[in-house]
Amino acid sequence: MTDAVTVHHAATEALSFRDHLPALQVLLPLMGAPLCFLLRKAALVSFFTVAISFACLAISLTLLGQTMGGEILIYEFGSWPRPFGIEYRVDITNSFVLVVISLVAAVVFAAGPGQARRSIPVGREYLFYSAALLCLTGLLGVTITGDVFNVFVFMEISSLSSYILIALGRERRALMAAFTYLIMGTIGATFLLIGIGLMYQMTGTLNMVDMAVRLQAVSDTRTILVAVAFVIVGISTKLAVFPLHQWLPNAYSEAPPIVSAFLAATATKVAYYLLLRFTLGLFGAALIFDQIGIDILLMPLSVLAMFVGSIAAIYQTDFKRILAYSSIAQIGYMTLGLSLATEAGVAAGLIHLFNHALMKGGLFMVAACVMWRMGSTHIDVMRGLGQRMPITMAAFVAAGLALVGVPGTAGFVSKWALVTAALENEAFFIAFLIMASSVLAVVYIWRLVEIVYFSEPETDFEVKEAPLRMLIPTWTLAGMTIWFGLFSGFSVEVAEAAAKQLFVGLAGAGA
Amino acid sequence: MTPDAQATALVSAILLPLLGAFGVQILGRFGNDNARDAWTILIGLATFSRVASLIEPVMAGARPALALPELMPGLGLGFEVEPLGLLFALVASGLWILTSLYGFGYMRGHYEKNQTRFFTCFALAISAALGIAFAGDLVTLFLFYEILTFSTFPLVTHAGTEAAVKAGRLYLGILVSTSVLFLLLAILWTSTLSDDLGFHGGINGAAPAGLLDGKIEGHAAALLLMLFAYGVGKAALMPFHRWLPAAMVAPTPVSALLHAVAVVKAGVFTVLKIAIYVFGIDMLAKDGLSDILMWVAAITIFAASIRALSLDNLKARLAYSTISQLSYIVLGAALATSAAAMGAGMHILMHALGKITLFFVAGAIYVVSHKTAVSELNGLGRKMPFTFGAFCIASFSIIGLPPLGGAWSKWFLVTGAVDAGELGMAAIFMLSSLLSIGYLMPIVVRAFFRPLPDGVDDSREEAPLLMLLPICTTALLCFVTFVYAGSVYDLLAPVMGLAVGSGS
Repeated sequence: MTDAVTVHHAATEALSFRDHLPALQVLLPLMGAPLCFLLRKAALVSFFTVAISFACLAISLTLLGQTMGGEILIYEFGSWPRPFGIEYRVDITNSFVLVVISLVAAVVFAAGPGQARRSIPVGREYLFYSAALLCLTGLLGVTITGDVFNVFVFMEISSLSSYILIALGRERRALMAAFTYLIMGTIGATFLLIGIGLMYQMTGTLNMVDMAVRLQAVSDTRTILVAVAFVIVGISTKLAVFPLHQWLPNAYSEAPPIVSAFLAATATKVAYYLLLRFTLGLFGAALIFDQIGIDILLMPLSVLAMFVGSIAAIYQTDFKRILAYSSIAQIGYMTLGLSLATEAGVAAGLIHLFNHALMKGGLFMVAACVMWRMGSTHIDVMRGLGQRMPITMAAFVAAGLALVGVPGTAGFVSKWALVTAALENEAFFIAFLIMASSVLAVVYIWRLVEIVYFSEPETDFEVKEAPLRMLIPTWTLAGMTIWFGLFSGFSVEVAEAAAKQLFVGLAGAGA
Repeated sequence: MTPDAQATALVSAILLPLLGAFGVQILGRFGNDNARDAWTILIGLATFSRVASLIEPVMAGARPALALPELMPGLGLGFEVEPLGLLFALVASGLWILTSLYGFGYMRGHYEKNQTRFFTCFALAISAALGIAFAGDLVTLFLFYEILTFSTFPLVTHAGTEAAVKAGRLYLGILVSTSVLFLLLAILWTSTLSDDLGFHGGINGAAPAGLLDGKIEGHAAALLLMLFAYGVGKAALMPFHRWLPAAMVAPTPVSALLHAVAVVKAGVFTVLKIAIYVFGIDMLAKDGLSDILMWVAAITIFAASIRALSLDNLKARLAYSTISQLSYIVLGAALATSAAAMGAGMHILMHALGKITLFFVAGAIYVVSHKTAVSELNGLGRKMPFTFGAFCIASFSIIGLPPLGGAWSKWFLVTGAVDAGELGMAAIFMLSSLLSIGYLMPIVVRAFFRPLPDGVDDSREEAPLLMLLPICTTALLCFVTFVYAGSVYDLLAPVMGLAVGSGS
């Protein structure tokens, strides 16, 4: 635990532009959202949004570069030191997640509003973009902040804007899906808030580091135990951990596919980050694993999620629903990583966070392309699409193979890391179950492959390839699943360093 | 050849069939069928010559290798040519040329649809088989193993009928689920025990040490061995053998090359390679580690032979015969003696030549007379003397009679069983030979000695020349391999821990 941790306090020195990057990471999209109202014109707003999300990507990559060596960046708003002011705290873990979010945002927003365009009145597109930017703001804010109440605030920003985005779906069912998500999301957020309130009551601070230090003295009180329960249930609702997953399939399948691509690749990832941050960072591994034994609860739930999600996916008749149920199973892999209670396990979870964002983002983009041309994502309209939309469907195969975990794709790297972590714990049966559930993934992906390539189309009207504007983002994500399968050095090293830092805990990191 | 030239030959052997597949697509869409088929043959010859150019350096003790970028820190992909893999590559790429010729005759004689897709997937499958043959470590091997499974699916379901699709699902279901559930798990388990997953050693007369030697023992080791053996579903050990008879819905060239040679031999080759390089022959022999595998293989040999006796469909009968013969190789690996392993390695070649001939004949009969059942073959030998002559020769080779190649592999297998002190297993080999007489000879006897059905004239009606030529060539090769078995022995001897030149 004596790792030399250098903490970089931005406020104590003369500030350069570079020092303001943590603040800009969130402020840029936050300021961009109202600016969309001023720009109004669809083409202009779309360009502006993409520019902002690329700027966010550049910032997050810079932050990751700065923190990779183990350095921690502290940004104090208004130069108010804690506990008086709000501080942003950037370490390897959250800069990694920031990269994932802003990367997906930059790629997906570049595709335009996709099918949402047909359900938004002409001239009102700027509202879509401003909601998207607010959602991005919220997700980035939750990830970067070092203040627990700030977490709640940003989570509400991202949630409220995502309800809007989901409700833009084409069918009227989208309203119902958004409403269910709203109810579940609000319950989750409330639980989190109650937990935070209890923790504040016991520690008298909202700053994560201070709170972590003070929690150690009171960690055996009943109040804190209750707080742990509220926080974990609250976050798990947002994360869609089985059995709190009911909102997810409807929300992801009814939302416009572009929105699904964005949310599936980011929202649950941020929730997983929060789970790690609260459990390992704030409460500490000793309280969470040794005292409460959260792993004993999380492991069976994760395994159930893997099987329930995959089996449900096999029986769906809509491409997006298949992907949504598959997400539940994939979240199971991530939480399983945490439940192994080892650095290797958490690293595997983080590797999968990154890889799954790429492949699910890519697959939902494929769904967006199908929706664009066919007006539906029912599997019957996908018959014989392999001949009619060969480039899109090749992307589907690439990302689908990654989901299955074929060697040479990102999914294999995740699976390798996760199973190795399980085997190191001598959890042979768990390792076997991971394999068994990936056989189920083969079934639901292969079923689609058969439909796409080995069956005749039902209709004979002309279907063209998706427009280039959508193909490029689709292939960027699908291509990255291959790239990071072949050259996984980046994701694996970052995830391992992050897991190491997480296990030190915020209290141990000091400062 | 310089090491660089060897590495180039290695890579081009794997890439040439890919280029072939690409060219077949182009020529199939825009050119004419003759140009497309000529291209396949050209690529086949080029591939074979690349593989053959590696014989000399490998026999001289070189191990041409090529490392690819690391998949994960410490987890690289790479190729390395070792004798066993080279033998498998020679068999697969050599017989590909003959099967292509045969395939042109069959597919045209039969007016099959989607010929372009057919020959494209064929080339892809060969590329994958060569990838398996040259894989330098377990992960690379697994990657190409899966590619082989998926690239052969369109071939199995070629007919496109409901029955073909159903069989295709069974094929894919068994092969993919065993490989993911057992093989990948076993590879991951191995990776937690050993940092190195490569196939090394066997150069200077000493058998490879085995990656796991001394790192795992007792029941855990036996469990790991069984995970590997059942994980390689392509070896068709019972009870995971059902995919092979199901795959017989494919056109006969597919059954001939893939389900008598490339796919199934990729399976047993993998088992043999794992036995030799991952466990090591010495480790397998200790404490009866491979006893369970031995019995599973023995039961498969026996049960599949019995089943073959009772089947009337010719291709199904040959499929069960293949299941039984594949387990010869698994049993050879499990016996864990140098002689048995040598027999197993040789049997990859000998059985391939014999069985591909039998399938070729089955296809020829089908194209000429549309007969698929054994009971319909009465007197056909008089109409098709060359075809059935080849069938007779290949049957003798499968049974293990001299002067045919199959005699050598059986000789070494039985010697190996005796060396290991497993007389029961030696008896199983003998019994299986008797059973194979029982399921193969009646076909020959019916064809030559029973009268033709009434109203059928006995004029000559051989298969098209494009089919007859490969049939006679492979039958002839059964003789040739008997005479030149010494060279095969010398090639394989280093990895089996035997001295070069001591066999002949």
